[in-house]
Amino acid sequence: MLGHFLIWGGAAIADQTPIRVPRPVAQITAQDRADDSGKSIDVTWAPADAAPISFEILRATSFSGPFERVGVAPAGASAFTDSKVQNNTDYWYQVVVVGADGVRSAPAVTAAAVQAKARWFFRARLWFGIVVLTVCVSIITFIQLAKAGAPLTIRKIAGLQAVEEAIGRATEMGRDILFIPGVEDMNDIQTIAGINILGRVARLAAEHGADLEIPTRRSLVMTTARETVAEAYLAAGRPEAYNSDRIHYVTDEQFAFAAAVSGYMVRERPAACFYMGLFFAESLIFAETANSIGAIQVAGTAEVAQLPFFVAAADYTLIGEEFFAASAYLSGEPAQLGSLKGQDVGKVLAATLIGAGFVLAAVNALTGAMWARTAVHELVAMLGSS
Amino acid sequence: MAILDRLVKLDRRWIFLLMFLCVLVPILWGRTFPEITTPLVDRVFDAVENLPDGSKVLMALDYEPAAEGELGPMSTAFTRHCIEKKHKMYFLTTWPLGTQMIAAVIDREIKDGAPHLVYGEDYVNLGYKPGYEGVIKVIVTDLKQLYTTDHFGTSTSDIPMCKDIQSVQDMNIILNMSAGYAGTREWVQYASTPFPETITLASGCTGVQAPLFYPYLPKQLIGLLGAIKGAAEYEVALAAKYPKWGRPEYTEALRRMAPQLWGHLLVLALIIAGNVLYFVERRRRRGHRP
Amino acid sequence: MKRTIPLLIAGAAGLIMLVSFFVPPWESWGEDAGTWFNILQGFAFILGGGNLLKVHLKKVSDRRRGWGYSGVTLIAFVVALVCGLLKIGVAPLAKFPEHAWSGPYNQEGSAFWYFFEYAFKPLVATTFSLLAFFVASAAFRAFRAKNLEASLLLGTAFLILLGRTFAGTWLTSWMPPSWEEFTIPGLGVTVMQVFVTAGNRAIMIGIALGVASTSLKVILGLDRSYLGAEGK
Repeated sequence: MLGHFLIWGGAAIADQTPIRVPRPVAQITAQDRADDSGKSIDVTWAPADAAPISFEILRATSFSGPFERVGVAPAGASAFTDSKVQNNTDYWYQVVVVGADGVRSAPAVTAAAVQAKARWFFRARLWFGIVVLTVCVSIITFIQLAKAGAPLTIRKIAGLQAVEEAIGRATEMGRDILFIPGVEDMNDIQTIAGINILGRVARLAAEHGADLEIPTRRSLVMTTARETVAEAYLAAGRPEAYNSDRIHYVTDEQFAFAAAVSGYMVRERPAACFYMGLFFAESLIFAETANSIGAIQVAGTAEVAQLPFFVAAADYTLIGEEFFAASAYLSGEPAQLGSLKGQDVGKVLAATLIGAGFVLAAVNALTGAMWARTAVHELVAMLGSS
Repeated sequence: MAILDRLVKLDRRWIFLLMFLCVLVPILWGRTFPEITTPLVDRVFDAVENLPDGSKVLMALDYEPAAEGELGPMSTAFTRHCIEKKHKMYFLTTWPLGTQMIAAVIDREIKDGAPHLVYGEDYVNLGYKPGYEGVIKVIVTDLKQLYTTDHFGTSTSDIPMCKDIQSVQDMNIILNMSAGYAGTREWVQYASTPFPETITLASGCTGVQAPLFYPYLPKQLIGLLGAIKGAAEYEVALAAKYPKWGRPEYTEALRRMAPQLWGHLLVLALIIAGNVLYFVERRRRRGHRP
Repeated sequence: MKRTIPLLIAGAAGLIMLVSFFVPPWESWGEDAGTWFNILQGFAFILGGGNLLKVHLKKVSDRRRGWGYSGVTLIAFVVALVCGLLKIGVAPLAKFPEHAWSGPYNQEGSAFWYFFEYAFKPLVATTFSLLAFFVASAAFRAFRAKNLEASLLLGTAFLILLGRTFAGTWLTSWMPPSWEEFTIPGLGVTVMQVFVTAGNRAIMIGIALGVASTSLKVILGLDRSYLGAEGK
């Protein structure tokens, strides 16, 4: 019987593979998340086990606990952000390794308490702030200089010089001017820039006696456009010529809007078409349809992906920065033109940084000099963290 | 010269007809051409393939029917790959019409193609939330703050595969299909850039956007599928690993590459023809000057 | 007063948004402002819908040229609105069978779903596909090698167009694998990753400065043409 027991016990023991308990993590630390409004703590650790399934993160307000689970990190992770803490409160953290079959390691606990604190300045964005300040100050400075009468040289932009020509053409032919202030809403700066240009174009159209048709894809843009055009007609001394029904909402749906505008173009055959604002895929549809009816087209957008279509299909295209300069250019006011010069300071700054980075990276690549490599890393860290 | 004048003033409808034939004939013919995968697509494929089985994959389908031609096959290929790897699929979108796109993919690939998968355990449809990039900003730290329910109104706390999910940082990879705003740029800006260690992001986008995302490679975006070609390459990669998906009925993107080939060749021919006519016309005008 | 108050609101809001980017506790104000705008957008739809009805009803009643299209617009608008709002053909969810309207408005098999699947989707896809035809006509009409820059552009276009198809792969398939970068697809990728990226970045720097300048002028009230005023 004893032998039978030994055989049965031995077999039972032989069938049981030993349960392997994972090793706990090493070097567990907890730090207040930098540059935030508080309420976040970063927990980091160095995994010591080769094959964890996951990590459990637990938190307590005293070293002796009780610890409650606050999150789970997947295998391979070495960090976790606890975003639900109170500021100025002591916290201790534990990390438990969960292995196969749910076997848990002993907890690794942080050595000291950590508190989340609100910072009042994003230190990582310091350099970005300096650049913003530099650009803003230079723009304001040049505006003041221009107001004081300093001479400014602004290069000619063909598309803007063609605006009056296009409006004149429409007046002569007795046909409409179509103006589309982009397809996005008033929260987009390109739409605001488009509406700014609309004000100038509407004034010119009122002075020439040409009719303006403005279909919009957003209701708020329709409302703003109506205010703008009404004021422009009033300023031109032709308030009776203003017709609010010519500024109308079509639809929010992208290609339904494109179809509606294309249909209008083919039926009413406007003589001049202005596309000023943010556009997406409908840009080529507008441009080619207007081309088929022989309209003169002036386009302006900062949507980089659509610029090639406008350049290929429209008569004149304002590329990116030129589009934002259009309002200042058309007004002709010195103060407005001064802001264009201020932008140039930003460009010089950008070019200088690009040049410096290029030289340092080239020296590093060619010579492997340690100082160059450090300088490149510092420059990337400074600009990349902004 | 009369022919020259007619060609210079060619009615554009003839060109439209040629393009129509260049698209129609290959589609009807059905012949496909081999595709070779490129490194950008290989990186995405390897990232999904090398994840342990059962990993969490977030599929953000940020497009609407207009972009279905380019992005639909991508979504399909990603879903099939996830099914093969038994990954848990979390579907969501920041586009209002994206919910229809998610429904179409789930109906076709999961309900019809993999009926053994259980909703809530193998896949979940979190649906649409308004706010564009605002949605992304919230869910990178707290998914359930915004997604209190799934698309059908079930509390996410009651869905087994959502119980342990704190945020999208818990996902092993995010696959974003992007047709515009909000899309890959916003996911890069508010997800993979602030959380580079916990978020792995790959993108499939329309052709016109692809050049804008190259600067984000390889850190903020691990890989990029550009337009229908990217989708075709992914299908080829998937078929190489799992031959079942190499059958013609499963290679829609590859099928759509044939019209692309002929369409591109037509555009090239038109450019050449246009330039020939331009130079001949220019020489003729110079010859007529006194 | 009519212009002063909007100017003050624009200026104050703009400055606060600018400063909040650098102050962590205030960072969420930008998101809150975005949420407020989304709410405003929702109400603005009523404004837009009302305007749509007004303009097209007027066109129909005046029998102006093209009034038939307005009729179609009105019918489609009303039918879609009714089907969506009243959830025609939508079955209640299994979880809430006693609530007739618990199902989603775009449930498969509902009237709205039929409009979406068999009218809206094909129309949208068709309109988008017009781009293929328009690209072809634009290529024939506009891509001329008039000068050196245009010629370089054309050469690049050839490279990219061929590189994105089997033709490009086939034409340089004889090259050994170590020369992959010099195949047509490889050159296409180099063009995209180096030249196009550099050009895009330069344009984006200019755009960013333009945005900064325009925003500053709006915040400081120097450019008021969006209000209809001509500035100071």
